[in-house]
Amino acid sequence: MIRLYVDLADERSACASWISDRVVGDIFSNAQTTARQVLQQSSAPEDSWQNKLDRLVTSRRFGYPFMFLLLIGIFWLTISGSNVPSTLLAQGLFALEDWLRGCFLALGSPAWLHGLLISGVYHTLAWVVSVMLPPMAIFFPLFTYLEDLGYLPRVAFNLDHLFQKANACGKQCLTMCMGFGCNAAGVVSTRIIHSPRERLIAILTNNFVPCNGRFPTLIAIATIFTTGGAYLAYQQAAVAAAIAGVIFIGLGFTFLISWGLAKTVLQGESSSLVLELPPYRRPQFWPVLYRSLIDRTLFVLRRAVFIAAPAGAIIWLLSNCYWGDANLITHAAAFLDPFARFFGLDGFILMAFILGLPANEIVIPILLMSYLSSASLQDIQSLAQLRGVLLANGWTWLTAVNVLLFSLLHWPCSTTLLSIYKETGSLKWTLLAFALPSATAFSMCLLVTQVARLLGL
Amino acid sequence: MNQTVVALAGNPNVGKSTLFNALTGLRQHTGNWPGKTVDRAQGSFSYREKSFLLVDLPGTYSLMAHSAEEEIARDFICFGRPDVILAVLDGTALERSLNLALQIMEVASSVVVCVNLMDEAAKKGVSIDISALAAELGVPVIPAAARSKHGLEEIKKALYATGVLGHTAKPKQIRYAAEIEELIRRILPRLADLKSEPYFNQRWLALRLLDSPPAFIAKIGHYIHLQNTPTSSLRKADNAHEYSWE
Repeated sequence: MIRLYVDLADERSACASWISDRVVGDIFSNAQTTARQVLQQSSAPEDSWQNKLDRLVTSRRFGYPFMFLLLIGIFWLTISGSNVPSTLLAQGLFALEDWLRGCFLALGSPAWLHGLLISGVYHTLAWVVSVMLPPMAIFFPLFTYLEDLGYLPRVAFNLDHLFQKANACGKQCLTMCMGFGCNAAGVVSTRIIHSPRERLIAILTNNFVPCNGRFPTLIAIATIFTTGGAYLAYQQAAVAAAIAGVIFIGLGFTFLISWGLAKTVLQGESSSLVLELPPYRRPQFWPVLYRSLIDRTLFVLRRAVFIAAPAGAIIWLLSNCYWGDANLITHAAAFLDPFARFFGLDGFILMAFILGLPANEIVIPILLMSYLSSASLQDIQSLAQLRGVLLANGWTWLTAVNVLLFSLLHWPCSTTLLSIYKETGSLKWTLLAFALPSATAFSMCLLVTQVARLLGL
Repeated sequence: MNQTVVALAGNPNVGKSTLFNALTGLRQHTGNWPGKTVDRAQGSFSYREKSFLLVDLPGTYSLMAHSAEEEIARDFICFGRPDVILAVLDGTALERSLNLALQIMEVASSVVVCVNLMDEAAKKGVSIDISALAAELGVPVIPAAARSKHGLEEIKKALYATGVLGHTAKPKQIRYAAEIEELIRRILPRLADLKSEPYFNQRWLALRLLDSPPAFIAKIGHYIHLQNTPTSSLRKADNAHEYSWE
């Protein structure tokens, strides 16, 4: 073993005040000399269409309206495009369910077996697939095209001064974009933020961006309570606007909570950032489509399916195990009910959100199965029928608004919490990441409910 | 069968991920904003029956890391011991991307330079004398346009020559101001015992022992299995370092 003793005390202290700047300066001048030797500018660069476009989309006057219109446009395409395939998928999958049940019956299977496998596991899976797949298959490629085009850094540029006002980092916007896909991925992507303080703010607030697991819930609820499940062009636009509104509420809470954190537990000045606006590039159509379908859509769907299948079995068991005169789900919901009612929800809704901790995708299937377990079991093949079930269980527009808000603001899913724990390495911050959104969700629902009741709406 | 490990390094938005996809197939998502390649993405390809493992590093402007993401790139370049580093330059911003390339060439000698976005540079009326650049840098330089798949074969060939056949290069070293060169000259003899460790460029090590914050010096000790005893002296005095070298 060689022992190497390096005592650089004198040298380090002799140059400590200037060495870093000089080293960087010398690297730059070396690069400059080299570049000048090999570069030749043959024609003067003109003011390109890129610069003109940049001045438009990042301008004070048109930047925000353009951003909003683009977002609404994407939601509109997603909603209108996924309507028909969603219905077809649901019809096909539920027809298959009847056929499967017929097969089981013909083979003489006991009621509990086909109940568990068909009414429990398969039914939940069919729901998750038919509700989630079409919107994701449209939303992800569209969002990926925006990414590849180079528009997202312009969004960060536009929003930067708002983040500055909240004493947070402008790059937080990019981590939020990531959160649209998956909050766990959003949390990991905060590594691009230099300051630990601003990074924590970005981690703690990422959940206020609805991930793809919550999108189908938001879309379904917003659709049935904005349009009653019917689809006319202007109604789709109304739904798109409603969803965009929900996103902006989430954005508002991101700023509010970031600001609050920066004023209390995470105090400090906002650091400057250098944000490069990369050139616009024409997205590569097929590769983007392929990647967003394979890497994102199928990946997320597979995760949802893996969680939905056992969840379906558990829910079926809970709804078919009786204790006294009611099943276990009804007991649990009845227990939560008074508490949930206070916040404008009901016991079943709160329980669905609690059981949906592993993945937000399964909240609506759980909710429906538990509603239907206490009523007559029926197939729901359209949003209009879904509306019927919800109305039959005492939903009003106020319940719908509260569910939208709660879904947007409530605790992160377990995968995200795990990512937060891994990234921060601290149980304390992970707990805060759970408690902060939960408190926000409950207080918002409480506020909306009490105001609505006070006004007698 | 041993794989040749190639690290793919470059500034953000120079088309690293596009190049990665073009070389390895459709396995990696490219978006052109920071954060999309947060962790190292890996893919493989083969050339002349040799297998190459390509590691896509997060984009960085310099090896003086500022964010956790830039640290991933820096640490892999400095300590990951790839067989070859493929430094991707932006043909439309050559000077800026040379900053990083020169720093990489200070760390390692097995470097292949790829000047990407040659098509966009041409559109902007910029022409780059590739052979002059290769002569100036002392490493292979390949012009490319990864989006239209130009230059891929030449890149593979250069990686093969450097990584498999072991063609050696003598990369250009950054010339520093006289005072800094003088300090390097004084320190180098004290690092002589490290000669048995070929991966580390002594000049680079001397510079980093001079200008790095204690945390990075501790990291150097960690990665090259130097034992730093006692550790507390780093925090206390930030000067006398004793290393034991296995």
